[in-house]
Amino acid sequence: MLIATFGIFGMRDVLQIGVFLIALIVLTPLLGSFMAKALNGERNFLTPIFGGLERSFYRICRIDPEQEMDWKEYLLAVIAFSLVGLVVLWLLQVTQAYLPLNPQHLPNVSWDLAFNTAVSFMTNTNWQSYAGETTLSYFVQMAGLTVHNFVSAAAGMAVLLALVRGITRKSKEGLGNFWADLVRMTLYVLLPLSVILTLVLVGQGTVQTLSGYAHATTLEGQKQVIAVGPAASQIAIKQLGTNGGGFFNANSAHPFENPTPLTNFLELLSIILIASASVYMYGKMVGSTREGWVIWGVMLSVFCIMLTFSLYSEYSFHPPYVTAPSMEGKETRFGNTNSILWEVTTTVTSNGSVNSMHDSLTPLSGMVGIVDMMFGEVIFGGIGSGLASMLLFVLLTVFIAGLMVGRTPEYLGKKIEAYEVKMSVIGVLAPGAAILIFTAIASITKVGLSSLGNNGPHGLSEILYAFTSGAANNGSAFAGLNANTVFYNVTLGIDMLIGRFVPIAAYLSVAGSLAKKKAVPPSAGTFPTDSTLFGVLLVGVIIIVAALTFFPVLALGPIVEHFLMLAGKTF
Amino acid sequence: MDKKSDYRLASTFDRKIVVQALVDSVKKLNPKTLVRNPVMFVVEVVALISTYIVIREIAIGRESLFNIQITLWLWITVLFANFAEAIAEGRGKAQAEALRKARSETTARRIEDGKETKVNALDLKKGDIVVCEAGDVIPVDGVVIEGIASVDESAITGESAPVIRESGEERSAVTGGTRVLSDRIVVRVTAEPGGTFMDKIIGLVEGAKRQKTPNEIALTILLSALTIVFLLAVSTFPAFMMYSGKASGISVRPYITLPILASLLVCLIPTTIGGLLSAIGISGMDRLIRKNVIATSGRAAEAAGDVDVLLLDKTGTITLGNRMASDFVPAPGIPVERLADAAQLSSVADETPEGRSIVVLAKEKYGMRAKKVRDVGATFIPFSAQTKMSGVEIPATDGLGPRSIRKGSGEAIKKYVTELGKNFPQSVQKNLEEIARAGSTPLVVVENGDVLGIVQLKDIVKGGIKERFAQLRKMGIKTVMITGDNALTAAAIAAEAGVDDFIAEAKPEDKLGRIRAEQASGHLVGMIGDGTNDAPALAQADVGIAMNSGTQAAREAGNMVDLDSNPTKLIEVVETGKKLLMTRGALTTFSIANDVSKYFAIIPAMTAALYAFGKPVGPLAALNIMHLGSPQSAILSAVIFNAIIIILLVPLALKGVKYRPVGASAVLRRNLLIYGLGGLVAPFIGIKLIDMLINALKIV
Repeated sequence: MLIATFGIFGMRDVLQIGVFLIALIVLTPLLGSFMAKALNGERNFLTPIFGGLERSFYRICRIDPEQEMDWKEYLLAVIAFSLVGLVVLWLLQVTQAYLPLNPQHLPNVSWDLAFNTAVSFMTNTNWQSYAGETTLSYFVQMAGLTVHNFVSAAAGMAVLLALVRGITRKSKEGLGNFWADLVRMTLYVLLPLSVILTLVLVGQGTVQTLSGYAHATTLEGQKQVIAVGPAASQIAIKQLGTNGGGFFNANSAHPFENPTPLTNFLELLSIILIASASVYMYGKMVGSTREGWVIWGVMLSVFCIMLTFSLYSEYSFHPPYVTAPSMEGKETRFGNTNSILWEVTTTVTSNGSVNSMHDSLTPLSGMVGIVDMMFGEVIFGGIGSGLASMLLFVLLTVFIAGLMVGRTPEYLGKKIEAYEVKMSVIGVLAPGAAILIFTAIASITKVGLSSLGNNGPHGLSEILYAFTSGAANNGSAFAGLNANTVFYNVTLGIDMLIGRFVPIAAYLSVAGSLAKKKAVPPSAGTFPTDSTLFGVLLVGVIIIVAALTFFPVLALGPIVEHFLMLAGKTF
Repeated sequence: MDKKSDYRLASTFDRKIVVQALVDSVKKLNPKTLVRNPVMFVVEVVALISTYIVIREIAIGRESLFNIQITLWLWITVLFANFAEAIAEGRGKAQAEALRKARSETTARRIEDGKETKVNALDLKKGDIVVCEAGDVIPVDGVVIEGIASVDESAITGESAPVIRESGEERSAVTGGTRVLSDRIVVRVTAEPGGTFMDKIIGLVEGAKRQKTPNEIALTILLSALTIVFLLAVSTFPAFMMYSGKASGISVRPYITLPILASLLVCLIPTTIGGLLSAIGISGMDRLIRKNVIATSGRAAEAAGDVDVLLLDKTGTITLGNRMASDFVPAPGIPVERLADAAQLSSVADETPEGRSIVVLAKEKYGMRAKKVRDVGATFIPFSAQTKMSGVEIPATDGLGPRSIRKGSGEAIKKYVTELGKNFPQSVQKNLEEIARAGSTPLVVVENGDVLGIVQLKDIVKGGIKERFAQLRKMGIKTVMITGDNALTAAAIAAEAGVDDFIAEAKPEDKLGRIRAEQASGHLVGMIGDGTNDAPALAQADVGIAMNSGTQAAREAGNMVDLDSNPTKLIEVVETGKKLLMTRGALTTFSIANDVSKYFAIIPAMTAALYAFGKPVGPLAALNIMHLGSPQSAILSAVIFNAIIIILLVPLALKGVKYRPVGASAVLRRNLLIYGLGGLVAPFIGIKLIDMLINALKIV
């Protein structure tokens, strides 16, 4: 068992976590109520600045923002938009050598890597099978990746808005207009926040330049090539949009991406801020902030459980290591607590940026990262999609709990019937199915195993981490696994597509079905979903669904590795 | 629960039914029928695969006792689930059998062109005319078109007191299978052969035409999805085992045999709820039947749990059927005895309950014996719709002048008095209004044109009804009283009975309108009714209970029939519906919570050898937190527990979980504690005990 030596975990660490949580709690309702207004198309303080731009967008693209789409039209718009983005990004990569802004003269990207990367950025995953600074030109990074960082996040928010409309509207067909939702999210939320964050990052020393690699001579007289580029602008949106794809391979552990404690704090906060605020926004939109806060409380509770577990494992003394906590794979600039806080934050949201190497975490701490993603990114989760998936869990919980109080189940007045149950389970379980199937294939085939950097249970964890990260649209990696092979590029690509679009189809079909229903007014016999009791039940359902689906494979990966480490054997 | 239903519950497990259920559970192994239940179908498929493996092993002489036992228990799991369903159906089948027997033996006396012929009851068609006399069994459903008779309806209601059936609007419907006790009636057949009320009951109690209800379908989808997930978790597990085997340098083949994987799968998929789901549904209908309510579909029984607005007729449901005289209020200057005397005289020949209550009140309050007024040659003036009065004319005797007494509503008497040229006292008018405001009905009594005073007729609210409504409110159900009374009277009674709302001066179409309005704002409405004019409202209501004493039209319109014709039954029906849903939810939670322990039994058993590196057990043996004896005994105990929990929970499935009329949160908290936490903990104990037994017996 673990031998706790919590002495090293002191007041300073508590303070770091405390400040982060307080900042989050304060900013959530502020940004949330602004989003509720702006995304509803209401007038807000940014309208004088962006209103004209918004309207001219609609004019140029011939969009009527008032034109309602039913769920099928909405879904079609999402898919069409994503597909076009995918093809364009793929083309940009395989032709980057002929395109401008390529001072390093990087060659064209291979078809499979380009496919993987295009899917990855289009699905808001930002899994990177490549090292950014040595693979992609500035043009691809800026015109391709950064654009997707914005629009994939905005598309995620759009489907959430459609789902919320499905819940709140009564006896209607329409779920809003996808194009208007996309434009509003980008213009009023993502763009202003990114501009602010970019400026602060640049002020703190994050690199932002269009010139090529810098060449330097070290004190020993060695020649050194230092990769630079337009990083700050991409980093801002990579954090805010739960994208996570670093400009540099080392991601936010790299001093040019994340130079100071302040940038670390801001980048960390940006990972979770919009996802957190959208829960408050949800409460506003359904007419009861309590409903929102209960869901938020559920997310925070699971977040804290996972954080505590991970910290405990990291700070415990484990026989093979001389010291606890282990500093392997961590930035001395940030220390252990900040690395673990980042690890948990980036895996519960579907961000995936890292400021330490997850491959080097203790087995159980690494498992926390995997399990966070296995929850289906419902703990804050990706922009929009996180809360939308959480709402599917809410529907399933309501279904079971509603039966237990003796009424056919309803949520916010809408009856939950066979169709909603069917679509919700498909949305919740499809990513899990993809994880299991792909991990199983990779763990017994030559093509799968040849990429492994480690053997034993840690190798299985690496494969599991990769496919879990893909299906959860997270994008963080356990490293150690050489994912830039045709096999992994293609399977992970499909994995990411399943993880993105099956749930989206589920949200929208559920939204379509709910919108058509009448609302049942609440009574004393109605099961209240804004109560602590419901929150506790929801936490239970989320943990049990993930645990039951993945316990066997986790037992053979991180859990057995943990026991072996206690016995003095590491991998 | 009353005595009658206790007795009936005991019969659920009588020998004949159990034997029949055992036979049926084998018959239900037929995959064609089992496929309706996806969870148990999967169990049957893996049981078949295991059987094939066991047979092959025996054929090559390498049989394994472990595999044989596992396979046996997989089959037992399916049989137990089938048994649960069969026993639930059993009781109804026995009842249906008896009913059917009674029917086929009936002969009918059909009248054709005035001639009577004897035909078999089964040959009667709609529109035929039959005659029934004392001692005859009424052959089919129909309406009385001529005559009046007392009928024993105990065959369908279980109630031995005879009821009156007569031609006309109200009590004209007769049911096939009931027996005429006295007199003679002529009945027009209203049902096609095979479509009679009795046929419907037979079909329903048998459960033959049982269709899955919407909520059952939704739950089945959830259970199927869980089954698919576990199918994936189990079928990908060998890959991870093979990887780990290679990494630890051992062969994992003995740990990933098909019987072991089948065990893991069957233990994980929700077999408990899967096995009991249809038993829960059938027993829900059965509970209604035991309460003497026949639901025409499972859907109606389920909807009953959702009802949140109840429309209740005032008369008979909230108040005792009739108004009772409660007080005499004399006009100024008139002694109260004189008023009581006159009122009593005018009511002696009045056989209505109201009239009788006046006689009784005068006797109890002022010791006045009902006089033999007939002897003095009195003439009674019966109530007529024109005058809205009744009364008595007594000729002059013993020096007393002739007496002309009238009683009637304030309006009618005022008109009568004015016509006689007398005046209607102001104070009586004031009293009239006061009494009406208090929810009572005033009757004014006049003698020879002089207003004597008022008899106050009061609606008597049924005992305990107020508490009942308070319970309903806690359950989140709104009660609406419907009455033909004026608003003042209605408000007073509504306040006394504690209903949430009322409709006064209601016309039949008001009921329908109110139901539509409630439904439009999303409510589910339940109502109970009897008359022909209730039929549209009964049809519109989500749960419409027709009283068996009601008209044929009403019975056809509703989706339930209350054989006892007891209006407060609606409340019990709602509770039964809630119980049905709660039982489903509770057992689903229990079933899923069970899985945690099964992982801790089976996963260490399968993986303990990995990464042992020469030691007797590997690190994952640490997950064996129950300290089960051996890998084989661990797997077998989990499978055995999984099977016998189904049979152990059959009584709960049939009886339903306890329902208490407290708020939703309290109910949830309680059920989560019992079935959620209980479901988590119970199998740890159960599996450990079974494992100890297995190891003590050394059977693996």
